[in-house]
Amino acid sequence: MTTQEAAGLGEPAAPEEPARRSELWHRLRRPVPLAALVVIVVSVIAAAAAPFVAGLSGNDPFTYHPEALSPTTAPAGILGGVSAEHWFGVEPGTGRDLFSLVVYGARTSLLIGLGSTVIATIIGVVLGIVAGARGGWAEKVVGFATDVTLGFPFLIFAIALSAIFPVDAPRELMLIGVLGLFGWPSIARVVAAETRVVARQPYVTASRVMGARFGHIFRHQVLPNVTPTIIIYSCISLPGRISAEATLSFLGVGVLPPTPSWGRSIGDAINWVTVDPMFLIFPAGALFIVTFAFNILGDAIRDALDPRKAGR
Amino acid sequence: MSGLLRAIRGLAVLFVVVALTYAIFYLGPADPALAMCGKPCSPENLEAAREFMGFSDPWWQQMLTFIGGIFTGRSFGSAGVVIDCAAPCLGYSFQMHQSVTSLIIERFPVSVSVALGAIVLQTIVGVGLGALAARKQGTVLDRAITGGAVFAASAPSYVVGLLLLLVFAFTWGIMPSGDYVAFTDNPIGWATHLVLPWITLAILNGAVYARLVRSSMIEQLGLDYARTSRAAGLGERRIDGYALRNLALPVMTLTALDVGALLGGTVITERVFGLPGMGLLLISATGTVDLPIIVGTTLFSAALIVIANLVADLLGPLLDRRLAAPRSALRTPRQKVKNS
Repeated sequence: MTTQEAAGLGEPAAPEEPARRSELWHRLRRPVPLAALVVIVVSVIAAAAAPFVAGLSGNDPFTYHPEALSPTTAPAGILGGVSAEHWFGVEPGTGRDLFSLVVYGARTSLLIGLGSTVIATIIGVVLGIVAGARGGWAEKVVGFATDVTLGFPFLIFAIALSAIFPVDAPRELMLIGVLGLFGWPSIARVVAAETRVVARQPYVTASRVMGARFGHIFRHQVLPNVTPTIIIYSCISLPGRISAEATLSFLGVGVLPPTPSWGRSIGDAINWVTVDPMFLIFPAGALFIVTFAFNILGDAIRDALDPRKAGR
Repeated sequence: MSGLLRAIRGLAVLFVVVALTYAIFYLGPADPALAMCGKPCSPENLEAAREFMGFSDPWWQQMLTFIGGIFTGRSFGSAGVVIDCAAPCLGYSFQMHQSVTSLIIERFPVSVSVALGAIVLQTIVGVGLGALAARKQGTVLDRAITGGAVFAASAPSYVVGLLLLLVFAFTWGIMPSGDYVAFTDNPIGWATHLVLPWITLAILNGAVYARLVRSSMIEQLGLDYARTSRAAGLGERRIDGYALRNLALPVMTLTALDVGALLGGTVITERVFGLPGMGLLLISATGTVDLPIIVGTTLFSAALIVIANLVADLLGPLLDRRLAAPRSALRTPRQKVKNS
C-alpha cells in the first residue's frame, strides 16, 4: 500500500456521508436495480407475512389435497395442476399447494440467509478490526484461523455435519450456524485491510495520544470508516448463503420436512421432472429470481459506495 | 515466506482441520458402535463393538491412532477377529465392510473426471468471454456478457443441471441421462456422459471467471506496458497476449482457491446426474450415519484443498517473477514503519 493510496482511502468519511447517500439512491434509481429492489421487497413481505400471503389463495403448505392429483399421483390438469384454487398447481405425490410452498420457502431462505450473514459479518468485522488495528500476533492468529476455515471443504463438511445433528433439534439453527461460521473470512480480510489503513491515520494516533482505549477507537474511528465495506460485503455474500441453504436442502441435508424449502422442493422435483416439470420451474424460478435480485442489488450498492470498483 | 514454511503452515492447517473434524464427529451424539451392535443391543455387546472399532479409547488417542493409520496402516478388531487397514488408512466402514481408502479410490476417478473437465471448460469460457468483454468495454456485447455473467452466477447449478437433463436427455434424447463410463473402458462414452455435468459446472464458474478476467484485463490494458507496446507499433493481438499472460496468475490462483467450491460442485452434479463419485458416497453415508466414511471423505477433501492452496502458493513465483524476489527488495522504507 503506497502512501498516496493510504491517504486517499483513509480520508475521514463523515463530511462525504450525505453526498454518498444521495449517490446511493441515485444509483439505485435506475430501472434494473430498482426492479431488483422491488423483487427483494416482495420476497421479504412474502417471507414475513407467509401465512397471510399464502392464505390469499385459501391454502397452506401443509394440507394434502389428494383430490387435486390424478390416479398416478401426478397433479391432475395442465401445467402441474395450475387452477384458480392452486395458483402454482400442487406438489406431485401429496397434492400440497405449490404456491403456499413457494411463499413459505421464502421465509426459510431469507431467515437462514440473513441470519447466517449477520453472524458471518459480526465475526468477520470483529476479527478483521482486531487483526488490522492490533497487528502482530493478533493478525497472525486471525490469519491462521482464516486458513483453517478455508481449509474446510464447506459443502462436504455441512453434509457430513447433518449426519450427526440431532433429528429433533431445529435444522435452521444448524444451517445458520454453519453458514455463519464458515462465511467470515472474506469479510475479515477486507475489513482488516481497510482497518490497517485507518489505524495509521493521524486522527487515530491523536486520540490514542489523548488516552483513547481500543474500544473507543474501534467504535468511533475504525467502525464508521469501514461501514461501507461491511455493507458491500454483506450484500454481496447474502445471495451465496441463500443458495447454499437451498443446495443443502436440495441434497436432503438441509431443513427437514415439513418445513417448506425451495431447495428441497427442487430436490423432490428430480423424480418428477419428466412428468411434471412445473414442479421444478416454480421453486427454482423463485430461488433464481431472488438470488439474481440480491446479486444485482449487491453490485449496485458496491458501485455506489465504492467508486474504485465502479464499472468493473 | 519460503516454500518450506508454506508447506509447514499447510500441514499445521491440515492438522487443526483433522483435530476439529475428529472432535466434532466422534464427540457428537451419533455412536457408530450402535449401528454395529445388533438388536437388542446389550451394554456388553455395545462395549465389545466399541472396542472392536477402536472407539473405547479417549478421543485424542483415537485421533492419534487415526493419523498414525494414514502413514503406517492400522488394524481393527479384538479377540481373534482382525481387520487390516493398509496405509494410507482413512478408517474402515464397518457397514460396507471395506476400508474408506479403497471406497474413495473407487469413487474418486468419477469426481476427478467431473472436476477436471469443468475446470478446462470454465477456464476457456471465462477467459474467452472476460477478455472479449474487456476488449469491447462499454459496447452492447460487453454489457451482454457482464449481464449474462450475473444471470448465470445466480442460477443454482442443480437447476441448470436438471434443465439440461430435461431438454437434452429426456426431451430430445441426444444425451445420456446419467451413469458413468470409465475413461479406460471407452473414452468417447466417458466424454459424452460427462458433457452435461461439465457444462453445468462451467456455466456457474465460467461466469465468475469472466467477471474476474474482464476487470483484470481492463486494468492490464491500461497499464504502461500496453500503452508503450501500442506506441511502439505492436499489434493489438500481441498486447492481448501479454495481458493474458499476466492474467494466468490470478486465474490459476482463483482455480486453486476454489477447489473447495469445486468439490462441492461435483457433489451437486453427481447427485443430479447420478454419477457414482465421492459426493454420492458421502451423501449415502449420511443416510446410514456411516461415520468412518463421513470423516474420511471430509478429511480427504480438506487435504485436497490445502494441497491445492499450497501448489498455488508455490507456482505463483514461477508465473510472476516479482513474487520470487526476496521480500526485502520489495519493501519500501515507509512500509517498514509499523503502526504504533
